[in-house]
Amino acid sequence: MKKLLYFPGCTLKTYAKNLEATAIAIAREFGYDLVEMDDWNCCGVVASLTEDDLMHHLAPLRNLIRVQDAGEKEVLVICDMCYNTLKQTNLRVKKNKEDLEKLNSFMDEENDYRCEVEVVHFLEFLKNKVGFEKIKKAVKKALKGIRIMPYYGCMLLRPREVSVDDPEDPFILSELLKILGAEVVEVPYRIECCGSYHTIDMKEVVSRRSYVISMQGIRRGADAIALSCPLCHFNLDRRGKDAEKIYENYRQIPVFYYTQLMAISLGLDIDLCGFEKHAVDPRKLLEERGII
Amino acid sequence: MMKEIEELFRNINLAKEVMELSGENPYDCYQCGTCSASCPFIEEMDLKPDEVIRYVILNRKEVLKSKTIWICASCFECAERCPRDINITKLMEALRQIILRKNVDHTEIEKIGEEEKRTIPQIAFVSLFRKNVG
Repeated sequence: MKKLLYFPGCTLKTYAKNLEATAIAIAREFGYDLVEMDDWNCCGVVASLTEDDLMHHLAPLRNLIRVQDAGEKEVLVICDMCYNTLKQTNLRVKKNKEDLEKLNSFMDEENDYRCEVEVVHFLEFLKNKVGFEKIKKAVKKALKGIRIMPYYGCMLLRPREVSVDDPEDPFILSELLKILGAEVVEVPYRIECCGSYHTIDMKEVVSRRSYVISMQGIRRGADAIALSCPLCHFNLDRRGKDAEKIYENYRQIPVFYYTQLMAISLGLDIDLCGFEKHAVDPRKLLEERGII
Repeated sequence: MMKEIEELFRNINLAKEVMELSGENPYDCYQCGTCSASCPFIEEMDLKPDEVIRYVILNRKEVLKSKTIWICASCFECAERCPRDINITKLMEALRQIILRKNVDHTEIEKIGEEEKRTIPQIAFVSLFRKNVG
């Protein structure tokens, strides 16, 4: 087993335990042991966007320093928001030596950051390290007869410098879903924002977003949505379910993490998927199509 | 609130502040509207993103009490597509920061309900506090 360091972040330990569990199990299936990094702290969640605000780069930078201290050159990230924030800070200090010096001199207990760490998303790991060909060969149960709409949201794709794929025309999720045997339903809104943190104090706005996004898939015959980000998951699944109260005859379709679909098609333990926690339970669909 | 905001920011020059905070130049904008056409929240906004830029240039302080600057969730679609390469996402952040740095919060944390606290992923809370609370 090859060991790989990963950064979990808060939501993988609470709302998205199933995302973490399935990702770890998938990696193990291909000979990689995901090791949780020591002493991690909040990633910062949103990147600091003002020129003078270096303070908010401290949290992500501390995590990168801990990766460096562990003697690693790479850190795997599963949550899209963590990925985006860690990567944006990494790029800022790599490009801007003056900022790096300031941040390094501000931190007393940490070693200086040497800019040698790379932030890698789990999807990139699957594509570039494991290889989609290898995944294809490992499929035990093809996702036949199920039409899935890939949804990327923002954090995987923008800003352009941190994108895991073409930010305007991403393909990585479709490619993966096709390998698993699913039929892919592409929609223009696959790269649009789910409503993000407005889910706290502007629930209806987010329900409308979920409705508009899901409807694009439903109109094209999608049975389900596959995505990566835990906040997108909450917004499309939970707030999408809430949208049933706003729009007559609207039925929210199930929302999967791509890792759950992989776990099923690789024949891993279905209990890892935590389907009972979803607002729209996907098991009914999977049973109907003879997948589980 | 409008009076208060206008009073609070009477002496500032919006374009200058925004340029300093965001590193972006609003004068580069030629009002093509690509940002507004790309914005997924356009229907929830009172001012369109390209109007926000115009208001900044004209130093019209009403922009600071617009819904738009708070509806923007920093999805970066406008920034990705702007043909003048203006990072409008950063410009919106600058406008929020102008207000937050005067200790005027947009979200009242204590009003968040128990059910929300129990069910919503933490990343949503941290984002909300980072964006709406100074």
